[in-house]
Amino acid sequence: MAFFIEVLISGLMAGVLYSLVALGFVLIFKASGVFNFAQGAMVLFAALTFVRLIDILSETFAPILLSLAITIVVMIVLAIVIERLVLRPLVNQPGISLFMATLGIAYFLDGFGQSIWGSDVYALDIGIPKDSMFILESVFEGGILVSSEDLVATLIAGVLVATLAIFFQRTRVGRALRAVADDHQAAQSVGIPLNYIWVVVWSVAGLVALVAGAVWGSKLGVQFSLSLIALKALPVLILGGFESVVGAIVGGLIIGVGEKLSEIYLGPIIGGGIENWFAYVLALFFLLFRPQGLFGEKHIDRV
Amino acid sequence: MFYREAGQFKTSYTADQAAFPIAQDRIFIAIWLFIGFVAVPLLSNEYLFRAIFIPFLILALAALGLNLLVGYCGQVSLGTGAFMAVGAYAAYNFWTRIPGLNPLVAFMLAGGVATIVGILFGIPSLRIKGFYLAVATLAAQFFLDWVFSRIGWFTNYTPSGSIAVPPVELFGFAFASPVSKYLLCLTILVLFAVVAKNIVRGRIGRSWMATRDMDVAAEIIGIRPMYAKLSAFAVSSFFIGVAGALWGFVHLESWEPLAFDINRSFSILFMVIIGGLGSIMGAFLGAAFITVLPLFLNQLPTWIGIEVSTAMISHIEFMIFGALIIFFLAVEPLGMARMWRIGKEKLRLWPFPY
Repeated sequence: MAFFIEVLISGLMAGVLYSLVALGFVLIFKASGVFNFAQGAMVLFAALTFVRLIDILSETFAPILLSLAITIVVMIVLAIVIERLVLRPLVNQPGISLFMATLGIAYFLDGFGQSIWGSDVYALDIGIPKDSMFILESVFEGGILVSSEDLVATLIAGVLVATLAIFFQRTRVGRALRAVADDHQAAQSVGIPLNYIWVVVWSVAGLVALVAGAVWGSKLGVQFSLSLIALKALPVLILGGFESVVGAIVGGLIIGVGEKLSEIYLGPIIGGGIENWFAYVLALFFLLFRPQGLFGEKHIDRV
Repeated sequence: MFYREAGQFKTSYTADQAAFPIAQDRIFIAIWLFIGFVAVPLLSNEYLFRAIFIPFLILALAALGLNLLVGYCGQVSLGTGAFMAVGAYAAYNFWTRIPGLNPLVAFMLAGGVATIVGILFGIPSLRIKGFYLAVATLAAQFFLDWVFSRIGWFTNYTPSGSIAVPPVELFGFAFASPVSKYLLCLTILVLFAVVAKNIVRGRIGRSWMATRDMDVAAEIIGIRPMYAKLSAFAVSSFFIGVAGALWGFVHLESWEPLAFDINRSFSILFMVIIGGLGSIMGAFLGAAFITVLPLFLNQLPTWIGIEVSTAMISHIEFMIFGALIIFFLAVEPLGMARMWRIGKEKLRLWPFPY
């Protein structure tokens, strides 16, 4: 039983990390209807910029904070550039063209990031404790092993989601964002500048990518494979629904737990390496019952 | 004045229903066939065949198949690489397990297997739409990747997991030289293109297009969505499966699951979108563009005479490729087929102003 709960908890925490990536997707999809495949590349780019700037700034008084500030600025500039060069010319195009354009962005960012910052594996140390600890020793014999790294990651994700929620619910810009997400034309007709909103939302997605990159990077090292975690976040998305922040979080938790449990209990039966596709099949199974994802909006077609 | 259909009267129903009712189109296609079958084999060398023409033909076949699904029926699929893998591995298994089987028959059977797999993975399309479906087809990609690398039966228990085949032999003639391979692929491609052209202008094609434009409306006028969508998945997977078999047997000759990974799926989707959704011409144009571009980018630094490290070249290649994709989508979101159509419109009047 203790072992089961241990797996469950580690699954939940892995799920939180997936949610972090999925969150960036959801923000952009809600506000601009763009299925942003470049989120993974943005995670990599943000993490690379962050980790290399720490190296460069290591002589200064607070390398991590300074590097963080500069990376945030870089991500905002990136959002502005993307809005200018990609979104604006492609306004009103079918979703599939925009999706392809974000694939283009992904290729570009992967190449760009690695040609300026290099393509080695960089260790990222931002002071997250790495040791593990035992909890609930009174309930189970020997307690439950929890890695404190995962715990901190969960905490960071929680803070991030709470901040985003406040930003969306309580601020003027957040309200404008929700209006745009509801209906582009209606939002524009009450005087919300769409282009500005897109810059804001891509910047926010960039910041989320930075957080995800920092957390994943300190776990695995900053390397090219970070770009591929976008593929891990996709089943989370279809499971939770493209339009729902809550969906991204719940979906992430379900996928994380499902993946860990299947690896331990199903893996030995049907052979290893199933984590590559298991999440997709799990999400597909949910979709058969709710085609718009668990928390997605149901679209009613009119002829 | 070069592309004017005025004065071309149709005097019989057959002429009215011809695949290419305009004389200039027929001449144009005849010229391309001449170039393809006669001029290219005479003029090009072995490197060009291996690096450009053979991959182009096979990928054009795959793009054609994907275009039937995405461009005509509106069902976005990201599992093309996996369906190609199904074709390649199925052909390999038919070919090794049935001694003396004609490779062409093996290819067609492989297409049949890909059809069945395609229908299976197409079933979610009955409930799921748009990007949800696109992501769901990734399930096919990752699942089939895993199947072919983990289950030994499909690779005939080769220890390395990679497969090697001898040159294709038909009726006692071995297709070993690049020219013969090229002609084999070209013949198959032309046959399939004719089939595709006729499917899309027939009843099935029209039901696909109606489903693409609005599935609810299509259902109301009496098109069965299940039949339309699954038939699109079936036909498209058949094309892609045959393309996969050719890719393995004719182009690569020895391959492992990595040859059909997700990047293959994306590159074929790029071909379809850059070429033009819902256009057979577009599949060819897109395949040509995406096949030639990386080679061109690879050669570019040596031509201008800049010395860069290989890693840098590959990064810069990524960058330019991404930027070009965005540029292309921004300039002509409807693809190269649309440019082609604009060109024809211009030729109608040119060189006169009106």
